[in-house]
Amino acid sequence: MLALTIYLSFAGALLLALFPRAWGRASRVFALAVALSGLAVAVAGFIEAGTQGTVSVADVAWIPAMGIHYTLAADGISRVLVLLTGLAAVAGILFSWNIGDKDGDRANEFFAFFLALIGGVYGVFLSVDLFLLFVFYEIAIVPKYFLIAIWGSTRREYGAMKLALYSFAGSAMVLIGLLAAYAAAGSHTMNLHELAQYNFPISFQMWAFPLVFTGFAILAGMWPFHTWAPTGHVAAPTAASMLLAGVVMKLGAYGCLRVAMTLFPHGLDPWGFSFLGIGSWRTVFALFAAIGIVYGAAVALVQNDFKFVIGYSSVSHMGLVLLGLLTLTQIGLDGAVLQMFSHGILAGLLFATVGRIVYERTHTRDLGALSKLQLGKAMPFAAWLFVIAGMASMGLPGFSGFVAEVQVLIGAWQAFPWFAVVAGIGIVVGVAYTWRAMQRAFFSDAPMAAADGVPVPEYEPVTWAEKAGVLLLAATSLLIGLYPRLLLDVISPAVQALPHALLTGGRP
Amino acid sequence: MNAMNYGELFTITLPETILEVVSLLILVVDLGWLRKRSQSVRMATANVLAVLGCALATVWLLAHPQAASFGGDALVATPIVAAAQIGILLLTALVLLLSVKAEFSRNPGEFAAIVLLGTTGMMLVAAARDLLVIFVALELLSLSLYVLTAFAKSSAQSAEAALKYYLFGGMSAAFMLFGFSYLYGLTGTTSLTGIAGALAAQSVSPLLIVALVLVAAGLGFKIAAVPFHLWAPDTYQGAPAPVAALIASGSKVASFAVLIALTGGLIAAPNYLQSSTWVVLLVWMAAGSIVLGNLAALVQTSVRRLLAYSAIAHAGYMLLGIAAHSSQSGSAVLYYALTYALTTVGAFGVIAIVERSAGSDRLDAFAGLSRRNPLLAATMLLFLLSLAGIPPLVGFWAKFNLFAAVLRAPGVGHWGLALVAIALAASAVSLYYYLQVLKRVYVAKPAQTAPMQVSPVELAVLLAIAIAVALLGIFPTALSGWIPLG
Amino acid sequence: MTPILTTLTAIPALAAVLALFAGNRTSVARTIAFVATLLSLALSVWIWFAIGADGSMKFVERADWVPSLGIEYHLGVDGLGALMLLLAAIVSLMAIAASRKVATQPGLYFALILLLESGLFGTFTALNFFHWFLFWELSLIPAFFLIKLWGAEGRGRAATQFFVYTMVGSVALLLAFLALFLATGSMDFEVLTRMAATGELASAIQAHLGPITLWLALAVLLGFAVKVPLMPFHTWLPATYSKAPTPVTMLLTGAMSKMGVYGLLRLALPIFGHELAQVRTPLLALATLTVVAGAWAAAVQKDLKRVFAYSSINHLGYCLLAIFAVVLPSSSSATSQLSQAAALDGVVLQMFNHGLTAAAIFWFLTLLEERSGGLLGIDDFGGLRKPAPVFCGLMGIALFSSLGLPGLNGFVSEFLIFRGVFPLSWVSAAVSVLGLLITAAVILTVIQRVFTGPLPEQWKSFPDMTAGERVALAPALVLMAVLGLAPQLALGTINATVMHLLAGWRL
Repeated sequence: MLALTIYLSFAGALLLALFPRAWGRASRVFALAVALSGLAVAVAGFIEAGTQGTVSVADVAWIPAMGIHYTLAADGISRVLVLLTGLAAVAGILFSWNIGDKDGDRANEFFAFFLALIGGVYGVFLSVDLFLLFVFYEIAIVPKYFLIAIWGSTRREYGAMKLALYSFAGSAMVLIGLLAAYAAAGSHTMNLHELAQYNFPISFQMWAFPLVFTGFAILAGMWPFHTWAPTGHVAAPTAASMLLAGVVMKLGAYGCLRVAMTLFPHGLDPWGFSFLGIGSWRTVFALFAAIGIVYGAAVALVQNDFKFVIGYSSVSHMGLVLLGLLTLTQIGLDGAVLQMFSHGILAGLLFATVGRIVYERTHTRDLGALSKLQLGKAMPFAAWLFVIAGMASMGLPGFSGFVAEVQVLIGAWQAFPWFAVVAGIGIVVGVAYTWRAMQRAFFSDAPMAAADGVPVPEYEPVTWAEKAGVLLLAATSLLIGLYPRLLLDVISPAVQALPHALLTGGRP
Repeated sequence: MNAMNYGELFTITLPETILEVVSLLILVVDLGWLRKRSQSVRMATANVLAVLGCALATVWLLAHPQAASFGGDALVATPIVAAAQIGILLLTALVLLLSVKAEFSRNPGEFAAIVLLGTTGMMLVAAARDLLVIFVALELLSLSLYVLTAFAKSSAQSAEAALKYYLFGGMSAAFMLFGFSYLYGLTGTTSLTGIAGALAAQSVSPLLIVALVLVAAGLGFKIAAVPFHLWAPDTYQGAPAPVAALIASGSKVASFAVLIALTGGLIAAPNYLQSSTWVVLLVWMAAGSIVLGNLAALVQTSVRRLLAYSAIAHAGYMLLGIAAHSSQSGSAVLYYALTYALTTVGAFGVIAIVERSAGSDRLDAFAGLSRRNPLLAATMLLFLLSLAGIPPLVGFWAKFNLFAAVLRAPGVGHWGLALVAIALAASAVSLYYYLQVLKRVYVAKPAQTAPMQVSPVELAVLLAIAIAVALLGIFPTALSGWIPLG
Repeated sequence: MTPILTTLTAIPALAAVLALFAGNRTSVARTIAFVATLLSLALSVWIWFAIGADGSMKFVERADWVPSLGIEYHLGVDGLGALMLLLAAIVSLMAIAASRKVATQPGLYFALILLLESGLFGTFTALNFFHWFLFWELSLIPAFFLIKLWGAEGRGRAATQFFVYTMVGSVALLLAFLALFLATGSMDFEVLTRMAATGELASAIQAHLGPITLWLALAVLLGFAVKVPLMPFHTWLPATYSKAPTPVTMLLTGAMSKMGVYGLLRLALPIFGHELAQVRTPLLALATLTVVAGAWAAAVQKDLKRVFAYSSINHLGYCLLAIFAVVLPSSSSATSQLSQAAALDGVVLQMFNHGLTAAAIFWFLTLLEERSGGLLGIDDFGGLRKPAPVFCGLMGIALFSSLGLPGLNGFVSEFLIFRGVFPLSWVSAAVSVLGLLITAAVILTVIQRVFTGPLPEQWKSFPDMTAGERVALAPALVLMAVLGLAPQLALGTINATVMHLLAGWRL
């Protein structure tokens, strides 16, 4: 049943491509309907599966001569991420509700690309055959390019091309690794589980693992390959930024876990020698992740473009996810997956606030300019939304981020104490940049009382679509923050079912 | 030697004969009855007749699958060869259909006739297994193509391109023949199987190396591989669009078919690979083509030249497959060649339409195409993305299949992996220049918003190709009846 | 088991959402706030009387939350908690009553106050760290915004300082408890207290993390030291108290500062008492410093709000003094146990008393501010007892309570504290007496400068208290008198709780 998410999205995309350009409003209503149905399927599938292990969704022979099958299945991790995709899709469309008001908006194309991207993402999360996973992964690249290049803002063509090329380069690296693994295992299967059983020689794993991991980590925004992310996010239109930071970066992290770490677990083993204290790929990537956490936060702290702050904060949060993955402990992996979900929702909220609610109305993202606009009074909805989203992003208990970050920190402490400290510092810096942005954009010390004679600028009221989107995301974050077991009960068994080598904490 | 069994020869070459007859028929019809009619009618009639001829030949091939050889392997007719030939016929038919509205020539009958002659050459090349037959067939193909390149008599570019093509081609043909003569001298036979056996018994001599280099030069020219590629950009740019399409598609398929066969002939045993000169030559040509083709394409502003350099890059990928030399890699190369050719025909079809409307093939001519003709833009999207290797289009599958076959081939070892890595990296780079075109198509604002005129025939053909590209990507096993996979 | 405590915490939170919808209508929002707080007050009074006199945890609610992280929904109140709930309700009510005119966005203003109240309730009833920390942080946010959006000139910086200092403390707390979780697998206060009492905690930390127990103790201490505050972590307070809108200052000084002391009693002493005993002397020194320097600083202030801000530091310094005196390196003799009990009784009572008194004083300051058009300098007034005798009389009661006049509540708690501290650490007690003396001087100076002396022209027609105001303020003043004259009304339950707590601690 979960496969319906994929089919509905692609069918919707195809139909929307055939809509006439003038049907702006109809396009967005149709797109919303498709996204809602996808979300409904995702939720239904999530609830129906409960805390079961893997739920098989489809298994059809595709190219039997090469051992390639159309196999879809969803374990706990996949179900959670599919749910995230559904939520992000609906929210994204709600926050793009202004597209379609004018003919020149090309609404049908926008929503067609949007749904195609969503379909690809659903596909990646549900694929068990590696060829199929790769196909869906690549399918997602082109819609991203067009979404940014056509409907984006600052330096959109450059941002779009950079994003597309980085993604493609990453996927090329992954393909090399996959092909090599396929050939080494006898070329008769592309099924993830079957390939994972195969004992690749350690020397093979030692180069295949970093190659495939890096390929996916590029998309996850791992330092130092993260530079596409801030540029791309800023260039993208709001819905695309929400999807990019919220869901697509998670594709990368998911790939790291599902493909690189599952197929080549011994690539994480110590090399036998150590260089400057680094003795395994695991340490290398954990170091990169930790640097990313702090670097992203530090750079966010000095940005003057509001959207760049959020863009770099995404890099920082994804660093936390990657660090969690590399702890190789149950709690760290649980935390990493939960953080994927939590950040997905929160990134959506943050980009929605900055892009849709603020930028659409004020036409500026410069914090200095915004600080003169008394937005705390003029746009109370946006201001308080950002307060809530910002607090959640900081890791305030009661929202989804807190439990996830605590889990990652605990796991990291057990695995790499120093990196845990670095991560902690990054989180604290996270408080600082969120708070700085919030201060400058909304609550700078302009006189509050209207009696002071400074007129409060008038802005268009918040639309129902924006309210609905905000409600959806904020409520989800709050719900998971207060009752994280809704997700953890599904994630933990799935993590436990991962290959044993991934849960040993690095000890042989 | 066996006595010539002319009956057998006739049966085996019946498709080619059909084409020859039809081409003569076209000349008769066009110069006989239609001389007074308008250009478009003449062109349409000639092309349609030619298409019918191709169809007839295809039907015959389908109805009479053979596993036969003639004259001590001078010509073979195996299912794979038949598949290649049917592919060639299909490509020619598509090119002809797309050129129904072309206005570059006042001699439509001759045009269609020479196209068919060229196609005949292609089919013979695909079936040839004897050095002399290969040479003759290649010459038939090449001469036809030289003439066709010059067919736009009012265009100076066309004449220049044809001259360059001819000079370069003639020289390469001479080299190749010289190389063939050395091979004959070394082995005492012109049959490929005979050569295989004879070379296996010998050690590598300087003479052999020279021969191989010369042969590589000749064939490298045909497929536009580095360093014999210099003719390609100018020819692709100067030739009339249908001719460029033909050069890029059918001629490539045929050349690769013969390369596969030739490689089989020059390398007897599979584990001869590592030290074989021929393989080394192929690998260097491949690497050079991949790198140079992709890098040069990055800076092009003319879409035709862009496609030319990309063709060089694709030739590089295919050469990798040939160098790997296993049965799987051979069929993978053929699959790749056929699907690449199909996609390229589509791309040139779109270029022809845009040129007709905007007068040039520069990137700016494509600006806002999605506004002016959404269907046309959509087909171009599919073609270029397929060339870039984006799933779920056939280009991706072809690349995957090819690289998988290379890695699986016995004896490939580390150089194979390294080359596949280079190929994939270069392929990643290629997305940039394909996106440049698509950026103009989808993102840029059009210079004029008038809808772009496309004739129904052209649109139908392009749509059919686009659908095929998409469907074959999703269901690659559709062709596995003809070209075995895995 | 009816979830009384959850309900109590939920009432203001839900009312906050309602108040948001009131938008610009002050009266509507204020009414909603009033009703909600009255309900909470009624409920907390009921709880106070219902918990009985045996000192153990009552109204316990437990539910699984995230077992893998040791997070459990665990609530409960003993005498300490119930008294704090009562205080929070009373002070919130007073703050709402004092907020008569809200310049902009009254709906948001009252919503934030209600949210703060909910945060207070949550902190005082939580028995598991996650839940406790959640509400600790939850009260921080509304406080920040209340200062930031409705404060006086310079509020930005004050709010920033407040936020940063408290955040640093919170981070220290979080890290310490994460470490505890890593070592013991539990975040429950009761479990951790038991483990500390048997020595299991120290060995668990040693085994998992190394010899860092003392550092953890100091981290926890830091969190609370910033909140109470303990000098030298107090520098955020004067600016914040003076720049915040005065009703908000009532909340800050009346209730929020008590969160710090409560934290020391509920978390620091039970779990890390043994470690804190090792650093008793420096801590006592700091507490004494807080007492004396707080009073001294109050004496030199020129702005009334700052006077009472520093005075708050001084009054809470006594609590700190008592708490640190109680952590004896070895407590075995009966006399010291009695002293410890007395000291802690004093602390608990002082928390309530000071909360009540300080809130009342700042309320009077609000009235003064309203009538003077924003002026609050100590030299701005004079001779007000002529035009406004009732005002001066009533404010005088509150002031004398703060001074510690016998017969009013302030005396009892301070007496108990000194009664307890003298035997345990006579040096600090002796020096702290200075604080008493200086405070007396401060209060009397205020009375002299504001109430007596020459009456400036502009205050000739200073309006006295209206009937409504008198009625509003009366209960607080009455309570001060009642507790001053019959402290056993509260002390019975408090003492039982203190004895129960002491029995469970190993200091």
